[in-house]
Parts: sequence; C-alpha cells; structure tokens
Amino acid sequence: MQTEWPEQLFARLVDLNIRQVAYVPDAGHARLIDLCRGEESMTAVPLTTEEEGIALLAGAWLGGERGVMLMQSSGVGNCVNMLSLATTCRFPLLMLVTQRGEWAEFNPWQIPMGQNSGAAIEMMGGLVYRVDDAADLCDTVDGAGNLIFNGSRSAAVLISQRMIGRKVW
Amino acid sequence: MVGNVPLLKRRPSVARLLAGRGPTAVICGLGSACWDVAAAGDHDLNFYLWGAMGGASLMGLGLALAQPDRPVLVLTGDGEMLMGIGGLATIGVQRPRNLTIAVIDNQRYGETGMQHSHTASGVSLTKVAEGCGFRRTLPVATEADLDMLRAQIHGLDGPVFARIRVEASDDPRVLPTHDGVDLKNRFRRAAGVE
Repeated sequence: MQTEWPEQLFARLVDLNIRQVAYVPDAGHARLIDLCRGEESMTAVPLTTEEEGIALLAGAWLGGERGVMLMQSSGVGNCVNMLSLATTCRFPLLMLVTQRGEWAEFNPWQIPMGQNSGAAIEMMGGLVYRVDDAADLCDTVDGAGNLIFNGSRSAAVLISQRMIGRKVW
Repeated sequence: MVGNVPLLKRRPSVARLLAGRGPTAVICGLGSACWDVAAAGDHDLNFYLWGAMGGASLMGLGLALAQPDRPVLVLTGDGEMLMGIGGLATIGVQRPRNLTIAVIDNQRYGETGMQHSHTASGVSLTKVAEGCGFRRTLPVATEADLDMLRAQIHGLDGPVFARIRVEASDDPRVLPTHDGVDLKNRFRRAAGVE
C-alpha cells in the first residue's frame, strides 16, 4: 500500500474527470505527476509558482474543465492572496499538498510554512483534510473532490510527511 | 509621443480591439483594464478581476486550454502583468494557439496614484514574452497595429503577446459588477458549460 498510493490516487483523479493538473515539481508527488503527464485526457501544467495554479484552475472551470493542484506545503503560502479569487467567486479548487516541516524533517526552513499550511488555507476560507495513513488517502481525495465540485468550494488535502516517508539527505 | 506618432488612447483602443469580437472570451486584469473593457460594452463572456493581481494571464491560460477553439483574450495592465510575470513562462510551455495576452501599457499604476511601473524604466515585457516562446509578439502603437492584433486574436495561431503602448490618462471609471459568483455563472452559461 505504501508505495502504491500514487497509482491509486491517479485512478481516482481520472474518475473525478480531472482534466488540468497544475503542479510545481515535488518529490512526494513525483510519481503522481509522471502518471498525469502521461495521461491523454489530462493536461499537465508546470507552474513557476503555486499561485499561478489558483488562477489557472479558475480559468479551466470557466471553460468547463475540472482541475487539481499538486503542491508542497511551502507553496501554500505563495497562494494566500490568490486564494481570494477562489473564495470570492466560489470557484471549485482542489489542492493536494505534500507536507514538509513535520515528522523527521531535517531542514528547519521547511518548518514555519509546513506547520501553518492548513491554517493558511482555512484563513482564506478553504477546507482542510489531513491524511496520515495511506489507506485513507483515496477516499479522502474522492470525498473532497465531490464536495468541492458539487459545492463550489476550495479544499486542501494535506498528505503527512510521515506517510510520504523520510527525505534522505 | 513616440517619434512623430501620438500615443494611442486606451479607451478607443480597447473598443477597436473588441469590435466584432464574436465568440471571443475576455479576461480583464484588475484596475483600468476592467474599466476599459466595461466602457466598450458589457458582455457575458467578459470576466472582470477586481483582485487576484497577477492572475489574469493564467486564468486566460486555463480557459484557453479548456476551450481550444475559442479565442481567449487577456487584457491587462503593465503593473498586473509584472506581478504575474512568471506566468508568461508557464504559457510558453503550453503554447495554446487560441490565447492572446494584450498588455495596455501606460507605464503607470493607475489605481494607486499613477506611480511609474518597471516598464517606465525600460523593462520590456515583449522581450520577456519572446524569450518565453510566444509564437507571435506584436508591438502596438497605431490603429493599424490594433487592427492587425484584432486579426491575430481571431487567427488561432498564437500564443500572441501584444504590448499596446498608450498615453497615461485618467479616464472616468466605468464599473462592471463586482459580484464574482455572478460573473462566473453568467460566463459559464454563455460559454455553454452550465
């Protein structure tokens, strides 16, 4: 299960009819990003900074497509003002966030944002779901996705650092 | 003045660009670009950003990717474009043929007191767009240039980047609705996705 979650999560994203995948390269999401890049029904859009993804996915929704953003916790802070676009206009926005700055973190520079990623999302009106066990991930993403696309809300699923595994330095 | 040619005025320039727009969708960056587009005539396929500074071009990208047969025009100011300048690189990776980014460049931050922007010091957004791989980049300084740009918007052979150099003017505000949910819903209905 531990190593299979990217494949399973990818299948759920296909089921959710996700068409645009915005991302900033990330070790935790690396396998999932590769799968999305190889999927014909999806357009993978690498970003220079995460806030671009908020606007990109709003535009996608205007054109009738669903999207998802794959990012690391440090990127949440880059999004804060842009999240007002999703909140004010009630654009559906699904963010899958791999956590840094928590379990077994080696780099202290990751801690401030990693410890506050959920609070930053909530501060801007988004919902936060945290996953510590890979067995819960797919159902959590599926539930969040159904909620946001049907309810026009923004939500982040925080994927814990312990679940992803220790970064080897 | 640039040489002997008087600078374009922003309001008539935008109106000229939008004449006969057909199915073109327009995303407007916050501030004067929104008032210019509203002054040219409200339209269900206009989306006015009242905030989210730096997001206009990326919003255009997401829309252009979702509806590849529809011309998508982002009209924004130099200050708004500068805040999202990395987005030009992101567009350069995707290179959608139906996307045009048109920057109305008065070299000023109009909403905050007409302070100089970076373009007033010679920063060239056109060269940035060229370096990012835009298929066409177009300096716009005359009405003939505007007509050429209008043809390119509909030509679906972009991405196009155009810098429209305009005089610094303080035009009366023409305010469209600022209800974001309403803007979104009416746009989606007009685009045939809701």
